[in-house]
Amino acid sequence: MEQFDVAIIGAGVCGANVARKLSQYELDVALLEREIDVSLGTSKANSGIVHGGFHDHISTLKARLELQGALMFDRLHDELDFPFERCGILVAALHEDEMRAIEQLYLQGVENGVIGIEMCSRERMLELEPTLNPDVVGGLYAPSGGILEPYRFVFSLVESARKNGVHVKTEFEVESAAREGDYWRIRAKSGQEIRARYVVNSAGLHADTISTALGAERYTIVPRKGEYYLLDRATRAKPSRVIFPVPTEVSKGILVIPTVEGTVLIGPTASPASGKEDFATDREQLEHILHSARMMVPGLSENDVITSFAGLRAAYGGDFYIAPSEKAPALVQVAGIQSPGLTASPAIGEYVKDLLKKAGLRLVEKSDWDPYVRKVPRARDADPFALDTLVAQDPAYGDIVCRCERVSEAEIVAAIRAGHRTLDGIKYYTRAQMGRCQGGFCTYRIIRILMRETGMSFDEITKRGGDSFVLKGSL
Amino acid sequence: MKQLTFDAVVIGGGAAGMAAALELDARGHSVLILEREDTLGGILMQCIHNGFGLIEFNEELTGPEFAQRFEEQVRARNIQASLRTTVLDIREESGLKAVYCVSPTQGMMRVESRAIVLAMGCRERNRGNIRIPGTRPAGIYTAGLAQRLVNIEGYIPGKDVVIIGSGDIGLIMARRMSWSGCKVHAVIEILPYPSGLTRNIVQCLNDFGIPLYLSHLVTDIYGKDRVEGIEVTPIESGALMHEKAFKIACDTVLLSVGLVPENELSRNAGIEIQPTTNGPWADSALMTTMPGVFACGNVLHVHDLVDYVVEEARRAGANAAAWLSGYRPAREIRAKTGSNIRYVMPMRVNPERENRLYMRSLVVKNDARLEVRLDGTVVKSRKLAHIQPSEMLSLTLVPEDLAAAGRDSTVEIALV
Repeated sequence: MEQFDVAIIGAGVCGANVARKLSQYELDVALLEREIDVSLGTSKANSGIVHGGFHDHISTLKARLELQGALMFDRLHDELDFPFERCGILVAALHEDEMRAIEQLYLQGVENGVIGIEMCSRERMLELEPTLNPDVVGGLYAPSGGILEPYRFVFSLVESARKNGVHVKTEFEVESAAREGDYWRIRAKSGQEIRARYVVNSAGLHADTISTALGAERYTIVPRKGEYYLLDRATRAKPSRVIFPVPTEVSKGILVIPTVEGTVLIGPTASPASGKEDFATDREQLEHILHSARMMVPGLSENDVITSFAGLRAAYGGDFYIAPSEKAPALVQVAGIQSPGLTASPAIGEYVKDLLKKAGLRLVEKSDWDPYVRKVPRARDADPFALDTLVAQDPAYGDIVCRCERVSEAEIVAAIRAGHRTLDGIKYYTRAQMGRCQGGFCTYRIIRILMRETGMSFDEITKRGGDSFVLKGSL
Repeated sequence: MKQLTFDAVVIGGGAAGMAAALELDARGHSVLILEREDTLGGILMQCIHNGFGLIEFNEELTGPEFAQRFEEQVRARNIQASLRTTVLDIREESGLKAVYCVSPTQGMMRVESRAIVLAMGCRERNRGNIRIPGTRPAGIYTAGLAQRLVNIEGYIPGKDVVIIGSGDIGLIMARRMSWSGCKVHAVIEILPYPSGLTRNIVQCLNDFGIPLYLSHLVTDIYGKDRVEGIEVTPIESGALMHEKAFKIACDTVLLSVGLVPENELSRNAGIEIQPTTNGPWADSALMTTMPGVFACGNVLHVHDLVDYVVEEARRAGANAAAWLSGYRPAREIRAKTGSNIRYVMPMRVNPERENRLYMRSLVVKNDARLEVRLDGTVVKSRKLAHIQPSEMLSLTLVPEDLAAAGRDSTVEIALV
């Protein structure tokens, strides 16, 4: 049976950050994921924002980790080749009464030590963001806020962890675990078993189930749904900064987000989900998104919508729950990671490493730890001369498979070789199928390349594992 | 980077691109066709059903046969075509057009010319565009993608099928899937009339006993990993009848909910796009707002029959050739839409030449009259037994019709 120092359950953004952090030390680490690929849960369907550090008070764990995490992204971006940009965040007040809340956020941001945060007049707001509703009365500006592709971030973290020796086990759905001497013996639904001295529970929506399976604390993670619309990059009303409304008690509201890849994302709603598998979108909620987003950016048009989707927040109380278990030994709980979880995640990696150390895990730094991943050049980013050079090195760069997002065959092949063997995995890695035609033109070509590269037959091709088979027969 | 020079570049090697290139070549201009796929023919190559060419060749051909007739002429005339070549950018550089494109065998190419014909065709609208709520399982495809999978790749995307939208590709696929041993349970159309051609309703649905639900909206798609079914809600007097909603179990949803001219290249080049057609603005010569750049076929506006595509493309090719030879129209007058007309293409007419106009109706109507008014005076009119938005209308204006046109005259096309 395989034996590890640490087993991390759940390869979302938290698990991936913990795994990469631990890969710096002389440890045997396993990253366990129940899905066919990493980042297929909450980490793939969220706003993709590095927050501005003013929404929560510094007395909370989540605010502390948010502030610390936000500062780590420039270095991570340099090391890990995921799209990231500090475009700045605006909070727009559309009514004089809302300026009181803006001031509260500003004061909180100042107290939290946010650099560059400022209160803005109407004129300043419109200067910073000309697409805003001209009825804006003022607002808040946090220049350090940013945008990233969350799944690409996780993919890179996992790639980096793997490169530095972490064992990534997908389709490993933890069913039970029991203590056996100094070890946890962890059993997957498939029957596969491993042993680990320490366990990190970063199972997102399912952290409660895992905690119960490990005989640790009993708590409940409540799924809260957030629905989004994605708009074509050709939209006339593309803002250059993330725009927030004034937040309410329950949520940060419907945002207008210029994604780092040039499209526009609007959402999320905040509504109860009927279960942890409830990813359905709802007509009324979607109408609400359009209505709310247009209050801030009136030029947004439903004609530019290319897709909608829903993500589930793993809600638990008000703050993050990151602590050593008090009931089970050698277990660290990483649960209830809602917004600003993505922003905080690099700091969560550090924090969990420290908790493990306190619990007795010996940390010896590797001398040969390599923080960098291989950068995959992208046809979309290349100017004509650079693309010419790429094609000379690899002719597959000259085959543009996805016309909408300009993705070459070389990039599809790179995705497959990095372990993404489903249509969705390839989509999140390369953006092929993510543009305005939503795979109408390129799906058949991706299927061909997948079969050629992996030797899979047509009836093994899935959208995202499980029973999500794409083809049902042949002629 | 490879540098090439031609008199004209045609972007897209489908029916429109080939027809335009042939005209340019016939008038003595060097021309290069740039085609993304590894064959010429465009979307015709996956349309293996017949019904093409009734006007053009006076016989019924399949899509590939129709394409082949043009391809043979292209080959016979030694017109150059660069296949597997994706155009990335159109620019104006030192008074000439520069087309930047890439292929795996040639690398980057910069093709310089004095004229460009846009013939990139159109794409299908998808689920997101029409905002159908629900889950996002496998098994949801546009009808064109399903057609590609079945007819060229040789795969069956699913066994129990529902088709959303009654566009022609969806109707054709209803028949194709039935022939392939699949069960097509229904075609759901939001409008009170079909979006496809009448002949396709008869031959593809009625002949196979496939029910067509008019005035029905798909209000949910459900299923976790793979589609399990859809919810359909009737529309009565414009309102959704939620209490009459019903479910249809299926493992596959095909979408045939309209086509959009594929104009990202044109838009990035700064060419003005019309919201009514989603295609470029075009003058009487089918020239866009970028001088020397012409457009034809489905990239200009969505056509119903390929026969009209090639007819239009020939004019675009001939006009591009005339432009290269220095011809400029002395004057043009505006063509605009009157009652019940969605658009008129092109948007200018040349009073000194023959003008062929295409238009689409906004209404379904029997015993209609198509009227051409010059500054309010009817100069031409035609009786039409039946009109519907799915069928394109056309008419020709000759110089005699426009004899009274002054400098600021306007031609209005109306359906009464």
